[in-house]
Amino acid sequence: MPHAPAFAMNGVTVRFGGITALDAVDLEVPRGRVLGVIGPNGAGKTTLFNVACGFVTPAEGSVRRDGQPLTGLKPHHLPRHRMARTLQGLGLFERVSVLENVMVGADRTATSGFLSSLLALPRSAADERRLRERALTTLDELGIADYADRVPGSLPYAIRKRVALARALVGEPELLLLDEPASGLSDEEMESLGDLILACRERMSVMLVEHHMDLVMRVCDSIVVLDFGRVIAHGTPDEVREDPAVLAAYLGDEVDRTAAEVPR
Amino acid sequence: MATSSALPVRAWRRVWSGTGSRHLLLALLGLLAVIVYVEAASDFRNLQFAAFGYLGIAAGGLTVLTGLNGQLSLGHGAFMAIGAYTTALFLDDGSPVVPLLGVLVVATLVTVLAGALIGAAAARLHGPYIAGATLALAVGVPGIALHFSDTLGGEQGLGVVAPPVPVWLLDLDYFFTGRDLTPSRYLSYVVWVCLIVTFVLLANLSRSRVGRRWRAVRDDDVAAEVAGIHLGRARVSAFVVSTACAGLAGAVMALVVRLTAPGGYTLTLSLTLLTAVVLGGLGSLWGALIGAGLLSYLPQLATNVGESLGLDQTRAAELAPLVYGAVMIAVILLAPTGIAGAVRALRARRTARAERPPPQTTESTVQQGEMSR
Repeated sequence: MPHAPAFAMNGVTVRFGGITALDAVDLEVPRGRVLGVIGPNGAGKTTLFNVACGFVTPAEGSVRRDGQPLTGLKPHHLPRHRMARTLQGLGLFERVSVLENVMVGADRTATSGFLSSLLALPRSAADERRLRERALTTLDELGIADYADRVPGSLPYAIRKRVALARALVGEPELLLLDEPASGLSDEEMESLGDLILACRERMSVMLVEHHMDLVMRVCDSIVVLDFGRVIAHGTPDEVREDPAVLAAYLGDEVDRTAAEVPR
Repeated sequence: MATSSALPVRAWRRVWSGTGSRHLLLALLGLLAVIVYVEAASDFRNLQFAAFGYLGIAAGGLTVLTGLNGQLSLGHGAFMAIGAYTTALFLDDGSPVVPLLGVLVVATLVTVLAGALIGAAAARLHGPYIAGATLALAVGVPGIALHFSDTLGGEQGLGVVAPPVPVWLLDLDYFFTGRDLTPSRYLSYVVWVCLIVTFVLLANLSRSRVGRRWRAVRDDDVAAEVAGIHLGRARVSAFVVSTACAGLAGAVMALVVRLTAPGGYTLTLSLTLLTAVVLGGLGSLWGALIGAGLLSYLPQLATNVGESLGLDQTRAAELAPLVYGAVMIAVILLAPTGIAGAVRALRARRTARAERPPPQTTESTVQQGEMSR
């Protein structure tokens, strides 16, 4: 199916006990495009992401990737489907080097098994070399190759955030899920993050959840607005900005709150 | 980058930068050191050395589980017991049907089987719950020997008759040393060859993608899962590898101790292993070895020092737990990452000082960083 969207949800419903966290959500991420998911706190954005990566199985509805249904998706299947996700916090492996953090993200491309690792066979050594090179290339692309030997804890927050991004990008995903990539960044850092996301668009599709409206409006091709688990608006940034339902439910109120938000 | 350096230097770098070749080289050096010590030391010292060796094997396995994968096991003594009883069942009289190597392999495999079962259960548990489950194992497994006292010897345990020294080894040893290889020396060799092989394999794993996945799961399981790592598989594999070591350690311990009885595999043994691993530095194989050495020799050393200071025997013997406690407190206060961790930190600080101003990051500095671990 050449024209199937990179990622799509149809009528996805998730219930936690009596609460409906997502109510018949439809959305699409066309290839090479950036879809933003916004909404007030508790609107269901995180649940939506958790459905997309298999942490939560929807009660109803389907999730498709390139037109193929992702039934029984588990989080560790993501690389297999050429998907990568960054986590809301950092989720870095704190006691291994930056380089090895990123090498974990490239693990999908390695083929050596347990036995060749146990016996340090040439195949295992070749894999290691390749993973290391790949990881270094990605670190270099993101301008953080200088920190390859350091452990994440010793680095500034913005750099760590980039390491997390490098770990997601190194596996060459076709669909990148970014969960609040700008949280804790300064305006300047957010600016360069925006450039990065726009550059990613050439190689992959992106879905992002974000509170910072400046960033969302700048990088997204289209935006889905959630409120109480339902899609209340869907369109280009300009359309969403003007949508009265959005303004009423969310935007005006949330922008004020975002401006006052203290970086974590 | 090495164009100007001489050939031997280049060859050395080549050996040292390859994971497998470096570990083999270290193993060879280790073997040499072991040969020198075993030949020079008395029979009594050799038995002590062998005891150090089997503790080291088990500690190496535990440091992989706890240090690299973050699973705490309070029950590794029980896995040693499984290895030891399997060995004892094979070697209960002087006429072994299976060669020693075969016995060791079978003992390890039996323990691996038990480890896979427990590991599959443990992989679903977290933190204190794994500790609790494995604690139950440490308490429960020796009880099995009491329950099936007909086959497993009950409280008295099973005697173990170590197979005779193979003729080729006797001849070889005689050729070089001009005297007969005593059974104690032989056992010392058996234990330490097992240790070296085990450590090479563990080091290989640790430096491969298997080890990296274990670390990733230890540090952040959600992030590891999203990166494509099957959490259960990673946890169970670490558990199985670790129990294999414990099983082998138990098997050679049975040979050295010549008796396998429940009293030898109490909770104390499990806790001793954990202490060794924490003292030495979690996750470090060198640390596991250092920790096992400390626990094997420290009590004896303290007693000897006490006696030479003029204390009577009873009082000198009481010195051992005191010194043990003092060392424990000192390590926790001064080197919370264990002895190996402290050494690593010291070395990192020294290279950082030597390399200032900060180096431009090239591949060579990366490799150095890799090696210094």
